[in-house]
Amino acid sequence: MDTFMEQLPIVVNSLNIGFLQTLKLFFVTLLGALPIGLLISFATRSKIRPLSAFFKIIIWIVRGTPLMIQLLIIYYFPGLVLHQNIWGMAETGRFNASAVAFIFNYACYFSEIFRGGISRIPVGQEEAGMVLGMSKKDIFFKVKFLQMVKNILPPMTNEILTLVKDTSLARIIALQEVIWAGQAFMKGSQGISGAIWPLFFTALYYLICNGILTIILGGMEKKLEYFK
Amino acid sequence: MAILEVSHLKKSFGKTKVLKDINFTLEKNEVLSIIGSSGSGKTTLLRCLNFLEIPNGGVIKVNDEVIFDSEKPEYKQDKVIRENRLNFGMVFQSFNLFPQYTALDNVMLARKLKAQNNFKAQKNFNIADLKREFEVIRVECEGLLTKMGLSNRMDKYPHQLSGGQCQRVAIARALAMKPNILCFDEPTSALDPELTGEVLKVIKELKEEKMTMVIVTHEMEFARDVSNEVIFMDGGHVVECGTPDEVFNHTKEERTKQFLGKF
Ligand SMILES: Nc1ncnc2c1ncn2[C@@H]1O[C@H](COP(=O)(O)OP(=O)(O)OP(=O)(O)O)[C@@H](O)[C@H]1O
Ligand SMILES: [Mg+2]
Repeated sequence: MDTFMEQLPIVVNSLNIGFLQTLKLFFVTLLGALPIGLLISFATRSKIRPLSAFFKIIIWIVRGTPLMIQLLIIYYFPGLVLHQNIWGMAETGRFNASAVAFIFNYACYFSEIFRGGISRIPVGQEEAGMVLGMSKKDIFFKVKFLQMVKNILPPMTNEILTLVKDTSLARIIALQEVIWAGQAFMKGSQGISGAIWPLFFTALYYLICNGILTIILGGMEKKLEYFK
Repeated sequence: MAILEVSHLKKSFGKTKVLKDINFTLEKNEVLSIIGSSGSGKTTLLRCLNFLEIPNGGVIKVNDEVIFDSEKPEYKQDKVIRENRLNFGMVFQSFNLFPQYTALDNVMLARKLKAQNNFKAQKNFNIADLKREFEVIRVECEGLLTKMGLSNRMDKYPHQLSGGQCQRVAIARALAMKPNILCFDEPTSALDPELTGEVLKVIKELKEEKMTMVIVTHEMEFARDVSNEVIFMDGGHVVECGTPDEVFNHTKEERTKQFLGKF
């Protein structure tokens, strides 16, 4: 295999498969970390001191250490220390461990964003709901939720774009995401070796993905401009 | 028979005693104004009536029925409080409208949620009935906004309304829950002077319609004009109470005289 045109379809095919894994990790993390992050933000705002203190410490640790270390520990700890394979075999196992590590890590980051977004809502909003006889649940979902979403969209957009790029950290436990797929052609795979250009293609995947996300999230921000 | 009877009401924040033994009654269809200097506990009193603060002591009766008794824990349960606070409506100084809803939706929201929750509690409810109920609520709430002179602003969002308009929406929103007693906490002090008139006018109209109201205000002229009863509060006590004529023209207490002298 020598000509670029011959190699291209092979590389693109490989990168597509890798990127599918990247996207899967991205969406699973988002789907898990958003609700869990919201719950953690409630816990840190709780009046029960030990509960809020506990979660504040967890957040401090998670935000103060590299995601890569968390990923390595979560992946290897059960096998090496507990002698139990809890993650499953091969690629499935690597994905499960990555998903857990990413959800845990991002839930902590998201929870701080939620906390900021909720605390910026004036107390008068909650009080107005209360005097109208609304339940706590209704006050949260019907009064505060949309205001919170509006408050958090800008920092959340940043965090989500970072998440897209951070998925590449799963490369450290050899999850076969898009960078793993691109790197394979440097070492040698499917008859191609020593090729650096697939990595540039890899970068393109991230750029396009983040471009699309920027447009979607920016659109949401625009949509919420109808109120102040 | 008094519609509202407050006895021995007490409220402290930590060690600061803000309300120290507040007693008063209010007759149905009458207007009570509460005046007093800054920090005398007027807002705290209204917040206690609406259970935004839970009093540390005292009894509150509405229509001769106890709705709060500090000695009895059952009155402090969340569910009981949520039900009992609907005896009162509250209009805040800073309006506190919900920014993401139109004027009409602000007024309808709590009523609709209440209707919806009642429906869900029934065994076999039918969506069509709920829709019909929503329609009734809509007509009623549109009527309230029209009465407030806002018939052409119903679909505007709060940020598109003037302060006076916002406050009138807030009054309609409180009225939508059909409270027995409507409380106002300095309803015009966040407004430009030229806008206070329209809100005071609405309150006077409510008086004509026999709405029972408790109004905390710094507008002495207005208090004199609209009230049946006036209470002067100082240092967490009711220092003087009576008709506007008694309190303003035949003031008995030295502290009241001093306070009124500033106006
Ligand atoms: N949540 C709170 N925690 C601690 N202290 C409070 C709280 N709310 C009110 N206070 C104190 O209680 C006192 C009475 O406050 P309140 O707001 O009831 O006065 P007010 O008569 O409404 O005054 P103003 O005319 O300025 O509105 C003040 O000294 C205030 O600092
Ligand atoms: Mg006040």
